[in-house]
Amino acid sequence: MIELIIPAIISCIIAFFVVYFTTPPLIKILLKKNYTVKDMNKKENVMVARPGGISIILGIVVSEIILYGFFQLNEILAIIITTSAAFVIGYVDDRKVMGGWFKPVTLAVAALPIIFLGAYDSDLVFPLFGYVQIPLLYLGLIIFMIPITGNTINSIDVLNGVATGFMVIASFTLSICLFILQNYEIAIVSLPLGFVSLAFYKYHKIPSKIFPGDSGALAFGAMYGTIAIVGGVEIIAAIALLPAVINSFLFLASVKRVVEHRQIKGKPVEFTDNFKLKATTDKTAPVTLVRLILASGPLTEKQVGFAIFKLAIFSGILAIITAFMMGVSL
Amino acid sequence: MKFGLYGFLFAMWSLIIVGGGIMVVLLGPFTIQQFGDFHWILTSGTKVAIALGLIVMWILILSKLKNYIFKKELKF
Repeated sequence: MIELIIPAIISCIIAFFVVYFTTPPLIKILLKKNYTVKDMNKKENVMVARPGGISIILGIVVSEIILYGFFQLNEILAIIITTSAAFVIGYVDDRKVMGGWFKPVTLAVAALPIIFLGAYDSDLVFPLFGYVQIPLLYLGLIIFMIPITGNTINSIDVLNGVATGFMVIASFTLSICLFILQNYEIAIVSLPLGFVSLAFYKYHKIPSKIFPGDSGALAFGAMYGTIAIVGGVEIIAAIALLPAVINSFLFLASVKRVVEHRQIKGKPVEFTDNFKLKATTDKTAPVTLVRLILASGPLTEKQVGFAIFKLAIFSGILAIITAFMMGVSL
Repeated sequence: MKFGLYGFLFAMWSLIIVGGGIMVVLLGPFTIQQFGDFHWILTSGTKVAIALGLIVMWILILSKLKNYIFKKELKF
């Protein structure tokens, strides 16, 4: 057991402190180069540095390379390559506005190393009922899963700190579930995601000093999806991600087509006179999770963020219950 | 409202568990043997079609549930 504890502690410390110490100088550099965007939810004209994905990917890659030094698993290589590719895709989208097709297609390509490295098991495990073998169908699942998790995390990056706070809850839930299922090596490999998110949350929480950008959000989502595949916890990972899935589902159900958020004219949220967020009455605006939370009345940005975190904790509990149910057979 | 969102989350979770049961109990053991060497292609194709059908059904049920749970809130 000690041979697992030492790499776990080292990689978690490295993951946390690499992001913790590299983000402040990154903010300075981005501000100096005028790589900033307006914080749309602030009364004043606040400009925030973007993208923070650079420090996020640094924390992930360094900690996973250290873990590879201990374990030499193909699963770790798959995580490093796919997450790095997702970061590059997001960075291109941060720098240049790409078409709606760009992210889903390129993220599907980013998933290919998981297949080439053979870092997956084609059995899809369900709670209570056991598993189903779907060798061919599973390849399709891998190719679809990375774009879905990447874009799902990206779609929830709407308010200060929400994407990273949500990621902290979802990724630690996934690690707990992997420990429950006694998949210790992948559980340890998954821990840096939570610690990187936690360190970045310090700078992303309200009022944000930096935004992760598409590069950060896609890196988070791709790593989460890859861990789900290599750890064989696809169903549990989907459950832990349900609030973000609801957000994407509500959006797609209301606009009825696959489209970039920036292409939608109607805004789902407006501001009150004292700059609280309130649900819009605009019928052309998409339905989103934030809009539903605000349906009962205006809230501050911080209150909406905490409402989303409570939903994430609830689905995290459901995911942990599901992990325990994996060991039970009807 | 907030209870509605928790209820919707719980409904999604329940549908995943039930959907998993259908996949394992009905879809998993399903095979077509009558077509010689091509039986595995036919079996896989049929499984994919049924799985896609289940996903469409899952989305339709969720859509109905969404309208039912949030009928007041969705009258924007």
